[in-house]
Amino acid sequence: MAQTIPIRTAEDPVLDDEGGGTGTRRRRRRTPGRGSTPASAPWLFLLPFGLPFLLFYVAPVAYALWRSLFKIERTGGIYGKPTEVFAGLDQYRLVFQNDDFISSVLRVLGFGLVQIPIMLLLALGLALLLDSTVARFKALFRISFFVPYAIPGVVGALIWGFIYSPGLSPIVDLLGKAGLEPEFLSARWILWSIANVVTWTYTGYNMLIIYSALQAIPQEIYEAAKMDGASNWRIARHVKIPSVAPALVLTGVFSIIGTLQLFTEPIVFSKIATTITTTYTPNMVVLSAGQNNYNYAAAISVTLALSTFVLSFAFLKITQRKAEM
Amino acid sequence: MSTTTQAPTPPAPPAPTGSTKARRRSATAESPYSMAMAMTVLVIMAVYFLSPVYVLFSASTKSKAELAQSSLKPSTQFVDNLQQLFSEGDGIYSRWLLNSLLYAVGGAGIATLLAAMAGYALAKYQFRGRELIFNVVLGGVLMPATALALPLFLMFAKVNLTNTYWSVLLPSIVSPFGVYLSRVFAAASVPDELIEAGRLDGASEFRIFTGLATRLMAPALVTIFLFQFVVIWNNFFLPLIMLQDNKLYPVTLGLYSWQSQLSRVPTLQVAVIIGSLVSVVPLIITFLALQRFWRSGLAAGSLK
Repeated sequence: MAQTIPIRTAEDPVLDDEGGGTGTRRRRRRTPGRGSTPASAPWLFLLPFGLPFLLFYVAPVAYALWRSLFKIERTGGIYGKPTEVFAGLDQYRLVFQNDDFISSVLRVLGFGLVQIPIMLLLALGLALLLDSTVARFKALFRISFFVPYAIPGVVGALIWGFIYSPGLSPIVDLLGKAGLEPEFLSARWILWSIANVVTWTYTGYNMLIIYSALQAIPQEIYEAAKMDGASNWRIARHVKIPSVAPALVLTGVFSIIGTLQLFTEPIVFSKIATTITTTYTPNMVVLSAGQNNYNYAAAISVTLALSTFVLSFAFLKITQRKAEM
Repeated sequence: MSTTTQAPTPPAPPAPTGSTKARRRSATAESPYSMAMAMTVLVIMAVYFLSPVYVLFSASTKSKAELAQSSLKPSTQFVDNLQQLFSEGDGIYSRWLLNSLLYAVGGAGIATLLAAMAGYALAKYQFRGRELIFNVVLGGVLMPATALALPLFLMFAKVNLTNTYWSVLLPSIVSPFGVYLSRVFAAASVPDELIEAGRLDGASEFRIFTGLATRLMAPALVTIFLFQFVVIWNNFFLPLIMLQDNKLYPVTLGLYSWQSQLSRVPTLQVAVIIGSLVSVVPLIITFLALQRFWRSGLAAGSLK
C-alpha cells in the first residue's frame, strides 16, 4: 500500500521544483540554516494523539473537578426550581461521610492486599517454571495460561457465575458428591469468589510480562552462575528475580489500578447473588450516585482517581527505595 | 506451532531408584524428579485456566432441561442452541457482534496510528517540553479509565452525543499505554542513521515515518493494536453508562442485559451461555494467530 504513495509530496517544497537528480536535492535540503529537521515536525506527529488525549482524558478530569464543586439547590421549597450553586468542598465532605463509599473502598483494599500478592506470586512462579530447563511443552502451557485474558471480563464473570451456581454447576455438583457444600455466592465467600475470577483472568497476562523480561536476560549470566555451581533455585532467587523486578513493579501498578476499579465481576454476580449490594465497590457507588446526583458522583470519581494515583505512586516510590537498598 | 519442535512424546517417566545423589548433583541434565514436579504444577495450572472454558463449551451443547442435570459431558444441542442464539430478539446478537467489531477494530486501529505517531515523535525528535509531555502521557496510563466514564458522559450529554456510536468509539481512540510502548520500541528499533539517510534522500518527515519507521515498529504496532482491541472489546463500564439503545450495544453489554433479564425470562439462559462462547472465539483466534508479533512487542515494553 505504501508503495503507491509518491515520494515527492506537496508538503515538501524542496521537492516541488523538478530539478536535477539526488545530488542537487541533497544540497538544497541542507541549505536552510536550522538543520535538516523542521521544528514543527514532532508537533505535527503529536497533534493527532494530543487533541483526543486532551478532549477525552484531560478535559474529563478537569470537568469532573469543576462539577464536583457545585451542588443542586432548589429555590422555593423541595418542589422548587433546581439550580446549580457553588458549594466549595461540600461534596467531598459528603463523600467522606458516606459509609457505603468508605466500606466499598476498604473492601477493595482488603481484596487487593490478598489477591494481588497471590496473583503476582503465581505469575512469577509460572514464568520461572516456563523459563527453566525442567519444563517441557512450554509454548503450549504459555498459551493455555494466557487464554483467560482474551476472554472479556463480562464473559469470564458469566462463566464463573455459572460454575458457582448451585443447581447448574457441574463443579458444585461434583464437590457435593464428594461431601463438600461450597457456598461460593454466600456473603462470607463471594468476595473471594470474585478474587478467584480476577486471578484466573489476569495471572496469565502478568506471567507473560514477567516471562518476557526473563527471556531478555543474557544467557551468559546463567552460564557464569552454573560454572560457580549455583543451583537452579539459587539462580532463580539471586539472578532471575532481581532482573525482572521492573516487570514485577509494572504488573503491581497495573494490578492496583485494576483493583480499585473493580466493577464488572461484582455487577455481573449481583444478578445471581443477593449478597452483592448496589454499593459493593467504589465504581458501583459512582454508578448508583450518578443516577440522581451528578455533582456528588463527580466528586466520588475525582476522589477515586486521586486515591489511585496516590496508591500507585506510593507503590512505585516504595519499590524504588527497596531497589536502592 | 512451535510446540511441534519440542519432544513429540511425553517426557520419560522418572528413572526407577538407581540415580545416586552424587550423580544427580553433578549432571547438567535436570533430574527426573524435579521435571515431574514441574510438569505436575504446570498441568494443574493449565487445568485451572482451561477448565472454565471447557465447562462453557459443554454447557453450550445442552438444552435448558439438560443444563439442570449439571453434568460435565457435552450433549447434542449445539447447533440448535446456535440457531436460538442468532434468532433471539430478531437476531440482535449478530448486531452486537458487529458493533463490538466496529468499536474494537475502528477504535484500536485509530488508537494504534495515533500512538505510533506520538511515540515516534517522543523517541526520535529533540524538542522543548518533550519529557513533560511524556510524563503527562504516563499520568494517563495511571488514570483509572472508569473514573473518566462519568465525566465523559456529562460532557457528551452537553453536545447530545450520548447513546450514539461516537460516545463509545471516540474515547477508545486514545491509548496512553500505546504511546509509551511505541516510544520505547521506536527508541530501540529505529536507528537515527536510517532517518538521517531518508532525509538526505529528500524524503519528507512524514514519508520517513510511514515508509521506514512503521515497518521497523511493526511488532510494537501489532501489540498496541491487539491490547487496545482487547481493552475495547472488554470495555463494559463506558458503554453501560453511555448507551440506552440496545441496537448500539457491544456484545459484552448485550450479554449482560440478557443475564439481567434471566429472572423474568429464564429461557434466555441458553442464549447467555452460547453467546458467551461465541463472543470469545474471535479474540482467541486473533491472539493465537498473531502470537509471534505481540510477544516481541510485549517484551520491549516490560524492559523499561
